[in-house]
Amino acid sequence: MTSVSLKLDGVSKEFNRRLIFRDVSISLQGGDTLAITGRNGSGKSTLVKILCGLLSPTRGTLMYALDGKDIEVDAIKDHIGLVSPYLQMYDEFTGLENLEVLSRIRADRNITGETIAEALKNVGLWDRRNDFVRTYSSGMKQRLKYAFAVLHRPGVLVLDEPTSNLDADGIAMVERCVREQRSHGMLIVATNDADEAIWCSQRVVLGDEKV
Amino acid sequence: MSASSTFALVRKDVHSELRTRYALNALIMFVVVAVATILFALRSDQPTSSVLAGLYWVVVFFTAMSGLSRTFVSEEERGTTMTLQLVATPSTVYFAKLIVNTALTFSLTIAVTVLYMTVFSDSFVIQTMSTFLVTVILGSLGFASASTIIAAIVAKANTRATLYPVLSFPILVVLLMTVMSATTKALDGEPFEGALGDFQILAGYILAMTGGSYLLFEYVWKE
Repeated sequence: MTSVSLKLDGVSKEFNRRLIFRDVSISLQGGDTLAITGRNGSGKSTLVKILCGLLSPTRGTLMYALDGKDIEVDAIKDHIGLVSPYLQMYDEFTGLENLEVLSRIRADRNITGETIAEALKNVGLWDRRNDFVRTYSSGMKQRLKYAFAVLHRPGVLVLDEPTSNLDADGIAMVERCVREQRSHGMLIVATNDADEAIWCSQRVVLGDEKV
Repeated sequence: MSASSTFALVRKDVHSELRTRYALNALIMFVVVAVATILFALRSDQPTSSVLAGLYWVVVFFTAMSGLSRTFVSEEERGTTMTLQLVATPSTVYFAKLIVNTALTFSLTIAVTVLYMTVFSDSFVIQTMSTFLVTVILGSLGFASASTIIAAIVAKANTRATLYPVLSFPILVVLLMTVMSATTKALDGEPFEGALGDFQILAGYILAMTGGSYLLFEYVWKE
């Protein structure tokens, strides 16, 4: 199992000269857990995108290391699992096809038919695996995002609004994912829900002057 | 970038297109309507080869404008851009979309050619087939290479529908003039060597556009 560590140093983000947050510094090692909290519009999802290498910071640096070796942010994507309201699956494919197609594009040889089947069973979608995603409810789509996020056993699992659209059974599924992730990797949760923030031992509150 | 990732993304796009028909329906409808309109307009006239060549590429240009932007716009509209960003490198996405757009443009030019040869059987007679084939292949590649990066740019904009043809025309005008010239030569029966200058311009255009787009794409795709 590879160990991932990250260092965010003095990161600020602006959109069209509007400051979203400034001077965020975080240092995490494999096994650490971090909750990102803050009022609406404080930049939680923006920070999540920066952490996943999907957005560049306006100022500051983001460094990832794999087993102690510094790597490019783009290279970390293979080790990140993300669940976010901004991430969607393909409606015109079935749940099973989505995971197969995305795994092929990722070219991850460790993902097999059994891995995919196990991921779908874990999120409770095995019986609906051959239905088109467009026929899924919003809660089922959220479950499919979890199957996609944990399929490659990522070193870093990033959850943005982790339990949105989920019923009690779905929330229990998320808690199982969180426990599993804490046992082998890093967990980052962006949330306003105190019940979700307690999954993590460290906390960053955006909207403060300096974090 | 790995070849297997690129082809997996090409396969995904082809399957997706066959199921949703985001671009195909727009392309087919535009070709049929445009050729029918030209047929009605030229019913009793015998247009010259340069007019026919010009109209041929006008149909290809506007049809491509109505369909090729869909490769990125559909990802943006469905919210799957972030999903792709997570599983594929920018160069993988760029080359996959370029391959899909090239295939679409090439199929489109074949469809327009068949329609033209059927509808204008007296006047649209290709005398130098080799010149015509090379023109169509290089023209399709040129259209696809320019359209792919323009589509990636406009997919991020709010006014996508109007921005695409407006941005495309100045970038594609050199290509359009060159393919029209080469097509006229093919229809007039000029020898293949007579169009070599046009082919050199087309090859240079494709290389410059593909190289520039490759360098630019990461910034367009990420932000």
